[in-house]
Amino acid sequence: MDNCVINNNKRVNLLEIPTVEIEKLRSYLSVSNLRPISFFGSDWGSAVKLFVALADDERGEIILCSSLIDKSIKSYESITKDNYQYHMFEREFFEQFRIEPLGHPWLKPVRKNLNDYEFFQMEGEELHEVAVGPIHAGVIEPGHFRFSCQGEKVYNLEIMLGYQHRNCESLMVKNPSNQLAESICGDSTIAYNLAYSQVIEELSDTKITNKAKIIRRIALEMERIAIHIGDLGAILGDIAYLMGKEVFATTRTLVINTMLEISGSRFGRGLIVEGGVNFDIDKKLSEKISAMLDNVKKTVEKMTKAALSSSTVMSRLEKTGSLSTETAQQINLVGLMGRAFGVNLDSRFDFLDEFYKDFKLKPFIATNDAYSRFRIRYKEIIDSIFIVKKLLQKLEEFKNEEIKVQMNPLIPNGFALSVVEAWRGELVHAATTNEQGQLSRYKIKDPSFNNWFGLALALRNNGISDFPLCNKGFDLSYCGFDL
Amino acid sequence: MNILFTLLNILILLFAPFFVLGIIKKTKAFWGARKGVSIFQPLYDTVKLFKKNRVISSQTSWIFDFAPCVIFTTTLFAGLFAPILGGYSIINIECSFVVFSYILGLNKFFALISALDCASSFEGMGASREACFTTIVEPAFFMILGSAIVLSGNLSFSSILNLISQTGSFGILLVAIICVSLFIMLLIECSRVPVDDPTTHLELTMIHEVMILDNSGVDLALITWASGIKMVILMSLITNFIIPTNLSNGYIILAFFASLVILSIILATLESAIARLRMSHVFEFIFVMNSLALVVASLVAVRIYGV
Repeated sequence: MDNCVINNNKRVNLLEIPTVEIEKLRSYLSVSNLRPISFFGSDWGSAVKLFVALADDERGEIILCSSLIDKSIKSYESITKDNYQYHMFEREFFEQFRIEPLGHPWLKPVRKNLNDYEFFQMEGEELHEVAVGPIHAGVIEPGHFRFSCQGEKVYNLEIMLGYQHRNCESLMVKNPSNQLAESICGDSTIAYNLAYSQVIEELSDTKITNKAKIIRRIALEMERIAIHIGDLGAILGDIAYLMGKEVFATTRTLVINTMLEISGSRFGRGLIVEGGVNFDIDKKLSEKISAMLDNVKKTVEKMTKAALSSSTVMSRLEKTGSLSTETAQQINLVGLMGRAFGVNLDSRFDFLDEFYKDFKLKPFIATNDAYSRFRIRYKEIIDSIFIVKKLLQKLEEFKNEEIKVQMNPLIPNGFALSVVEAWRGELVHAATTNEQGQLSRYKIKDPSFNNWFGLALALRNNGISDFPLCNKGFDLSYCGFDL
Repeated sequence: MNILFTLLNILILLFAPFFVLGIIKKTKAFWGARKGVSIFQPLYDTVKLFKKNRVISSQTSWIFDFAPCVIFTTTLFAGLFAPILGGYSIINIECSFVVFSYILGLNKFFALISALDCASSFEGMGASREACFTTIVEPAFFMILGSAIVLSGNLSFSSILNLISQTGSFGILLVAIICVSLFIMLLIECSRVPVDDPTTHLELTMIHEVMILDNSGVDLALITWASGIKMVILMSLITNFIIPTNLSNGYIILAFFASLVILSIILATLESAIARLRMSHVFEFIFVMNSLALVVASLVAVRIYGV
């Protein structure tokens, strides 16, 4: 089928993306073994243009294709029927453009019209339903969970989100800025800002310096380290393992306080801007970061060893919330959770990032349960500490470069796509410009968009009291999903 | 002498719970490398709650309104039958442990129906868990106290006191097993780790805490106070198995308080060192108590009737 192939963080002329008929596109997508990473519609006069980006993980390429659907055509045959990976994408497309995928097995609201949401019902005398949320105990975001249980056992979990829908995509088109990008999802500040900046720089054909690129990657890894350590503590807190909770919480503070020294914000807000970064890392700061990371590594190793040698901890983690690797692949789990379930995807390495290509990391052997979700975080902390230290050394080579360059104006009729490995997994930002060189469509796909359904499946046949442990292990974003 | 002990017992029942909870919190903070709150904090919290108004859901009936009072008074009433300081019970009648146990049963009954009265799916779940656990704990408790009574030949609750001195090294073994199984009962009845997590905010995993989600103000103060009293009663029970009764009064009081402090510290240390059990494994943990109770019963049977 006609398509065009680009690399990650590259631009293509919007008009050069081949357009095929929707039936043809459908028959290609339903059998293709490439993963969809972005699937969105864009207003095209009297029609809707559907863009699909597929990832060829082996070659590190992104395949783009598109289709023009006239607005008078109200439906097309669903792809999800044959390929579950499109489940959420088609629901989202239907919600945004009201073009119905016929035969979609689970066509429910994604973010809007939550009052029309029809829950899956189970009937039986011994069954009961537990409705949790949208407001929860504790300081977390809103989301509604509906459990169908028999006693303590969960048969089905349905997750309804969308309470924080702020219409970020159209806000980005109207008023694109770093401040907006980094506030979409607060715990992935760096990743969101990085993806946004890369898209805009590519659309305006601005080449930033190597120094800025390295500082951005250091920040991205620091974010990963900090959040993963926090999550290890939270997982242990949920199973009432007090010592682990406290130790990891204090260790996380060391990392985010170092972010504070780098950028003036503990979560790295304001560090990345279009054209580079706002703050430099000098020799002295670099040594300080290294020393902090050594310290953190020691504590994390020691505490993880202690926690995992406790039989009570292991008995909670092992065989809780399992999902087979085949299912994980079928529903396209990505990133951290994908790896925890044996799906070996990491966009840092799959898309051949110039600064990551020299790192050879040990493969992770997944056990597909809560234990796996704990260990993958531990492994990634250690890996990221290694990566940051190497990047700090590499920074020395470029110490005389500028950290920021002047931005060029946006190029008309451009299409750019950036895949960033946020700590949760692949974060995809795609943008198009119109003939006047203004943004005409901005599309964000958070890794949580893929992974929430995985949580629902992983909980089947588990105890309802294990839900918090599973939820914490997945630790998905509500606002990243709701946009 | 009796008046003094009666007075001290009532004071202990009413006020020791705050300090026991305070010590537990402080110890847990110590293990978590935190400074922690003052050991008076549980007292301040209760005083604060007493100053607050009650918020009552329009979905509830008189049961919900009434239950906190019943829960508090029954716990305190049960405390009158239990041996507290130096094995002295304020009300001492034959087979008072049966009365004690069923007054606590009434207490639990009201806690359960009050939780169900809220018609919240969480509270029903918590009530079902609590009822389930209690059902298994009860036979073990009867088996232990029954054995102690058979052995001492004295039908009053205070028969348990002299086990350790009466029967020599056999007594030490027996008392050790009894204390372990009562300690497990303490963990279950007072919802501590590894059975329940008193500090969690996760409704789906709670047992005791989820049942009182709808209670507020004075009601909540009474319920938390009552569960503290229950903890002190169970701790005193364990204490009385250990402390010999032939000490002078001063030493008895000293030993009693020392024992409360030590038990609190052990409890908090255990809570800090282990994770909570999976809900389905809690039953296995409770059956440990039942097995120990069976061992106690068999040991006593062997002792009395021979092999």
